[in-house]
Amino acid sequence: MKRVIETKQVAGQSPNYLLAKFQDLIDWAVNSSRANSLWPMPFGTACCAIEFMATAASRYDFARFGMERQAFSPRQADVLICAGRLPFKLAPVIRRIYDQMPQPKWVISMGACASTGGIFDNYAMVQGIDTIVPVDVYVPGCPPRPEGLLYGVLLLHKKIKGESLFDRVPRRDEQPLDDHGLRLPPEQIDEISEPFGNSVHQFRSA
Amino acid sequence: MNPSVDALRATFGGSTAIGRALESCGDTIVYVGREALLDVMAWLRDTPGQTYDYLVDVTAVEYRDRERPLEVMYGLRSLARRADLRVKVELDPQGDLTVDSVVPLWRGADWLEREAFDMFGITFRGHPDLRRILMWETYAEGYPLRKDFPLRGRFSRAEQVRQALAAHPEAHYSLEELSIADAYAELPGDMKERLRRGERGTLPDSE
Repeated sequence: MKRVIETKQVAGQSPNYLLAKFQDLIDWAVNSSRANSLWPMPFGTACCAIEFMATAASRYDFARFGMERQAFSPRQADVLICAGRLPFKLAPVIRRIYDQMPQPKWVISMGACASTGGIFDNYAMVQGIDTIVPVDVYVPGCPPRPEGLLYGVLLLHKKIKGESLFDRVPRRDEQPLDDHGLRLPPEQIDEISEPFGNSVHQFRSA
Repeated sequence: MNPSVDALRATFGGSTAIGRALESCGDTIVYVGREALLDVMAWLRDTPGQTYDYLVDVTAVEYRDRERPLEVMYGLRSLARRADLRVKVELDPQGDLTVDSVVPLWRGADWLEREAFDMFGITFRGHPDLRRILMWETYAEGYPLRKDFPLRGRFSRAEQVRQALAAHPEAHYSLEELSIADAYAELPGDMKERLRRGERGTLPDSE
């Protein structure tokens, strides 16, 4: 990827210029295909799932954005939509579902509870599903209206169209770290996540 | 006041089995000593004229006032007579939280008592399968609805995430259920065959 950028800067003088153009063309074709035919895997656990169903139904109809086929099987899905709060009891389940999805895969965290734990700042609830699986788009709201979810989907389209097939980084499989169960070191998490939720005494990492 | 209270006093009057009784919002509440609970409940269920044949709920209450005892609550209803009675047993929250199970009287008490055990740590003596029902098997932080339980649990969030992810999502069979291997000799033949094929659980090496 670095080389491609460098060759673009000297466009016209380098023989790699054509290669870069060719790679751009492939990226455009692949990303357009991916973005416009996302198969969502709905993981609906609460009231957000009702809004998700409204988004899928005729009035809002996210089939217009290529999400015609809802995949109720993770192995045929592209994007995991976690709609609703996630208790700790379901954490290994959503992790298993995410691991079963084939690459490339994306995750939308729909609603306040999925994104931060929301009002459920208690012993049973995961405080944000990004402690369990990596999240691409957070949709705020309690629950978000269908327009909100559609906007999140369009943001995901934008993100997908900015990816490159020749950049391996987004394709790496992220696993939770072993010693503390987080995907990033705790200091880093506190740095990028503060302040969070409805509590001033709580940090993502602890 | 529900006439069942007077009938209870007439029957169990000689002992301290029947405590005070009061009326709250049209419902009669009667306090019963923990030793007499099973006798009283059986009498309420089986005596003609009482026939409380439906156990509505079993739950528990712990009050913020530390002087007040923890109460185990049984909601009874007679479907034929359309009468309700609420029976309570008082326990010392710092002491021994044990009462007799009413599963022998009402099979429906099974999961209700498991929930009370899961949330309050009350041991129901004689329950056929007393284990957690809402929280997972390996939950080690205590009993969430007790007043001394912190809202966010006892462990740190990171530890909670780590333990949750370490759980096996398909291990919905508890350790108690897996110990069915101990009772292997008494199992019916088809179940033995399924176990032999390794369908569920593990077998002891001796078999």
